[in-house]
Amino acid sequence: MSIPKFETFTSGAVPVEVENIDTDQIIPARFLKATERKGFGDNLFRDWRYDSANRPIVTFPLNDPRYGGQILVAGRNFGCGSSREHAAWAIADYGFRVVVSSFFADIFRNNALNNGLLPVRVEESFLAKIFAAIRHDPQAQFTVDLDNQRFTIVASGESAPFEIDAYKKRCLQNGYDDVDYLRSISAEIESYEKHRP
Amino acid sequence: MGKTLLDKIWDAHTVRVEDGGRCVLYIDRQYIHEVTSPVAFAGLERRGIGVARPAQITATADHNIPTENQHLPIEEPESRRQVAALEANCAKHGIEHFGVGNPRQGIVHIIGPELGFTQPGMTIVCGDSHTSTHGALGAVAFGVGTSEVEMVFASQCILQTKPRTMRITVDGALRPGVEAKDVILYIISQITASGGTGHFIEFAGSTIRSLSMEGRMTVCNMSIECGARGGMIAPDEKTFEYLRGRERAPQGAAFDEAVARWRELYSDPDAVFDKEYHFDAADISPMITYGTNPGMGMSIDDAIPASSDPKALEYMGFQSGERLLGKPADYVFVGSCTNGRIEDLRRFASFVRGRRKAEGVTAWIVPGSKGVEAQARAEGLDRILAEAGFELRQPGCSACLAMNADKIPAGKYSVSTSNRNFEGRQGPGARTMLSGIAVAAAAAVTGRISDPREVFGIKD
Repeated sequence: MSIPKFETFTSGAVPVEVENIDTDQIIPARFLKATERKGFGDNLFRDWRYDSANRPIVTFPLNDPRYGGQILVAGRNFGCGSSREHAAWAIADYGFRVVVSSFFADIFRNNALNNGLLPVRVEESFLAKIFAAIRHDPQAQFTVDLDNQRFTIVASGESAPFEIDAYKKRCLQNGYDDVDYLRSISAEIESYEKHRP
Repeated sequence: MGKTLLDKIWDAHTVRVEDGGRCVLYIDRQYIHEVTSPVAFAGLERRGIGVARPAQITATADHNIPTENQHLPIEEPESRRQVAALEANCAKHGIEHFGVGNPRQGIVHIIGPELGFTQPGMTIVCGDSHTSTHGALGAVAFGVGTSEVEMVFASQCILQTKPRTMRITVDGALRPGVEAKDVILYIISQITASGGTGHFIEFAGSTIRSLSMEGRMTVCNMSIECGARGGMIAPDEKTFEYLRGRERAPQGAAFDEAVARWRELYSDPDAVFDKEYHFDAADISPMITYGTNPGMGMSIDDAIPASSDPKALEYMGFQSGERLLGKPADYVFVGSCTNGRIEDLRRFASFVRGRRKAEGVTAWIVPGSKGVEAQARAEGLDRILAEAGFELRQPGCSACLAMNADKIPAGKYSVSTSNRNFEGRQGPGARTMLSGIAVAAAAAVTGRISDPREVFGIKD
């Protein structure tokens, strides 16, 4: 899908300090009847971002001009509930490349990885430090180093490791998703078809 | 150590294994329908690529379509758009498409086996969780997400971690009045709606062997309702006879060669499953669900367990400890990928023949495919139904999932032969009780939840 290659980057972060954010909150069900995968970012956290008259709720972090960047930081058990892939689409379409939390729901984690969005799971205590750093300085910078699987708070220099499946890491590093990868081994697939048991 | 049936088919389709354990699994056939395919087609557009193996894909429209007046345009604009998009996408990519009005159209999981596309030993996917139905013919078949639909479009492969194995053995003769749907509702009530999570089930035992192919499909269809990735049954003579002569199955000498290969598809006697369950057919009665997931089921004459989830009972308007017998049935739905095959219509017709639909009951009798509809008419089932006050509708998913015009109104009670009784599944506020054909027929002619063994004089 021509995902840009995932290289080490440093950016600000948007904090949503809420636990158990389910996929219905990330993208409400009424936005699922589309025949195209676009524009989902506009409806990311729709009912938290806008009131019933479609006015931005200024206290919600996505509407707070002090915050910005390609990193979303959220409380534990992010992405629980319905399996809708639209949740990952919405976050990626909005412009985030990384979600940091202390725990991810299984299906969301997979959906995110299938869509070039890196879930970074850190210890609860480290997550608290990230939130504290943003509270101290809303423009606090963080470095995401996929090659070495480390997440660093730039100001303090503190860093934490994170896990990722070796295949998915390779996909992100090379800027391809599963479809690109499967197409890259098309010769092997054709050979399987010729010699299949 | 021997191999399970899943191992044999899975391993034979593994192109390579990635570090971390993900398998590149070759897919023999992909079925698509209008709801989960458009975004995957749009993905191909964005990449500027085409469909790798269009001949291995079969499309039909089923979820969104009306089950009457199918010659007219679909009223709901979003449904109409999705159905039109499927037709256009299939034309563009050279995919065979059985649209509304086509004599091969029907619910995707009904037409696959019916036309002979689904065969033993295959790997099959579809963007629909009830793809497990095809496992009844001895295939590895499972539902996938939209990204995965696109993967198969682009490469005919999918990246997938191999599930754990589970065998559920049911032995003994079924009691009179008990059918395949009761077997699977009973199993789910015993192992719960999440008891199969992470596993792929093989159904085995003399009871399963005794079921017709239609009955086996009903059992495998609901594997997902206990959380399993899929369900399957080793092919046998019944399977081969079912497939013989079907239009897309191998023909002539090729068929005999295929049967020789299919005979190798069984779990070795020394194969070890990650999990095993054994059930006795004598313990199974006609079943009904009382709650809001398919695991909340009981014998038709039982009382609702005291330990039931109060939120579910509140939604259903029931109390723990009470029986459902005698309670009103406002709607009866016969159909869906679970119970929309010819055998189901024959069974329903045999029960209502010479009786009358109860006043006040709205009944939707929906064939699973044009093929089933034509067969039912050829056998005169439509006339038997009409004489009893029932009308045979046109094929589609109908009242299974409230995506088309057939919706159950809020607060109304529906006895449904479909597969899910979630809150709002048949329409906002609708109250669904899942059952087999006999319980649905008994409700249809009495207007109440009734024991079909009493209504139809079936002696135990």
